[in-house]
Amino acid sequence: MMLEVTNLNVFYDNIRALTDVSFSVEEGEIMTLIGANGAGKTTTLITLSGLKKAQSGTISFLGKDITKTTPQSRVAMGMSQSPEGRRVFPGLTVLENLEMGAYLRKDDISADMEKVFAYFPRLKERRKQSAGTLSGGEQQMLAMGRALMSRPKLMLLDEPSMGLSPLLVSEIFAIIRQLNEAGTTILLVEQNAAVALKLAHRAAVMETGRIVLSGTGEELSRSPAVQKAYLGG
Amino acid sequence: MLFLSQCINGLQLGSIYALVALGYSMVYGIIRLLNFAHGDVIMIGAYIALLTIGAGVNPALAVVLTILGCVFISVLIERVAYRPLRSAPRISLLITAIGISLLLQNLAQLLFSANTRPYPGAAIIPTKALRLGALSLSLSTIVTILVSVGAMTALHLLIQKTRIGKAMRAVSEDTGAAQLMGIDINKVISVTFAIGAALAGMGSVLFCCRYPIVNPNIGSMLGLKAFVAAVLGGIGSIPGAVVGGFAIGFAEVLVTALGFSAWTDAVVFVILIVVLLFKPAGLLGRGVAEKV
Ligand SMILES: Nc1ncnc2c1ncn2[C@@H]1O[C@H](COP(=O)(O)OP(=O)(O)OP(=O)(O)O)[C@@H](O)[C@H]1O
Ligand SMILES: [Mg+2]
Repeated sequence: MMLEVTNLNVFYDNIRALTDVSFSVEEGEIMTLIGANGAGKTTTLITLSGLKKAQSGTISFLGKDITKTTPQSRVAMGMSQSPEGRRVFPGLTVLENLEMGAYLRKDDISADMEKVFAYFPRLKERRKQSAGTLSGGEQQMLAMGRALMSRPKLMLLDEPSMGLSPLLVSEIFAIIRQLNEAGTTILLVEQNAAVALKLAHRAAVMETGRIVLSGTGEELSRSPAVQKAYLGG
Repeated sequence: MLFLSQCINGLQLGSIYALVALGYSMVYGIIRLLNFAHGDVIMIGAYIALLTIGAGVNPALAVVLTILGCVFISVLIERVAYRPLRSAPRISLLITAIGISLLLQNLAQLLFSANTRPYPGAAIIPTKALRLGALSLSLSTIVTILVSVGAMTALHLLIQKTRIGKAMRAVSEDTGAAQLMGIDINKVISVTFAIGAALAGMGSVLFCCRYPIVNPNIGSMLGLKAFVAAVLGGIGSIPGAVVGGFAIGFAEVLVTALGFSAWTDAVVFVILIVVLLFKPAGLLGRGVAEKV
């Protein structure tokens, strides 16, 4: 098991955001968490990355308990995240943003840079430009490229389709599939349930801080409850 | 010729303000704190030079010890007083900084008494004048300008080109995203305080060579003026701190040259009020860069 989350409880002051959240991600798969606004998807991801502390519960990554470790040690172990809202560094150039993604690496990163540019050729054209001047779609590509630069074993993607045109959404999702086929395990958070369920091997549905359903992507897209709530059926 | 020598005067004073203002702006940029203890670290630096040179230490070594001392105190203050409040409301952090400022001043009074003492400026930079045609420049003026410009160039290169410099920019733009990159923000914040304090240490030596007296309060006025310089340039902006520092230096020299030397401090605060009223983001500030 690559990632095992057990009974995670997370609060913002007194507001409970996650209640006994448990799920796992297996090596090599695409797992997706879907759910409505405020369900707790982003809270789950930032707790996995260590930006938010869990009140109780455990996170185990590659067989090690990482619940209390620092964010940087999780990156060093092979976890990286493309966060909600992209959060590229606007005043840094595209190249510098990618360098920050490789912050903990001591080896040569030029090959990885080329790999990112192969996935996202538009970033190469704009590599000297400051990230704040990129379009929303380009910033999304940069956020994903930046997350790739640490050579992650597990990539956490928070709503990569947010605010993108349908054409760009399918482009981004095709790249997620390619990344997965090249060996990266992926945990994808999406509101765009239709696309996410089609792509994912396994999926779970979150509602008000709990996981209420889980199964294979196919199972969930056939489930009447999911169809009614998330697929407009 | 008088005009030129006044310009050089302004350049000297301005470069000292710029060195100190950089520390304010860098710290604000990275943790959104107006570090009111910054000026008092400069005062501590003055005592370090005074006491070590008084004890017979080689002046060059005393300068190094001053800089190291300022770095040590600043990093310690951040570690002990500010870091535990990282997620507390911003106002708690600000009040703590004011408290630390008062603590340092009172500590200095207790340890060194409130008496004003002469600073051994002449031992650090010999009082020599160089003639350039009709222009006469003191050695300390030349050293101040060269050291400041050198330090600012080095800082610029560090922030633009090095790994730690880029990490500092990343943390100041988005601390959470920087953590997702694996950047150890505690380390970056410590380094930022250390660099700001090293510049303040240089500022301490250069300022005291120009006004060679030391008492526990010398840091507060210098600190306040540098703070105004940082706000004028746009708090958080590094080029802004430099521009603001020179602007305040020139303003002071101008007011003095016009015969209103008693008004220099007042003019600085009038500048602060005008900036806050009409251009709160400062000359080179990035709009309202408040972070949630
Ligand atoms: N910084 C915060 N302070 C207080 N409450 C928060 C904070 N961030 C999130 N919450 C609350 O936690 C709950 C879960 O929010 P979260 O952002 O994890 O949801 P989400 O599933 O990612 O939603 P969305 O699809 O809108 O991004 C919500 O009720 C939200 O209001
Ligand atoms: Mg979210």
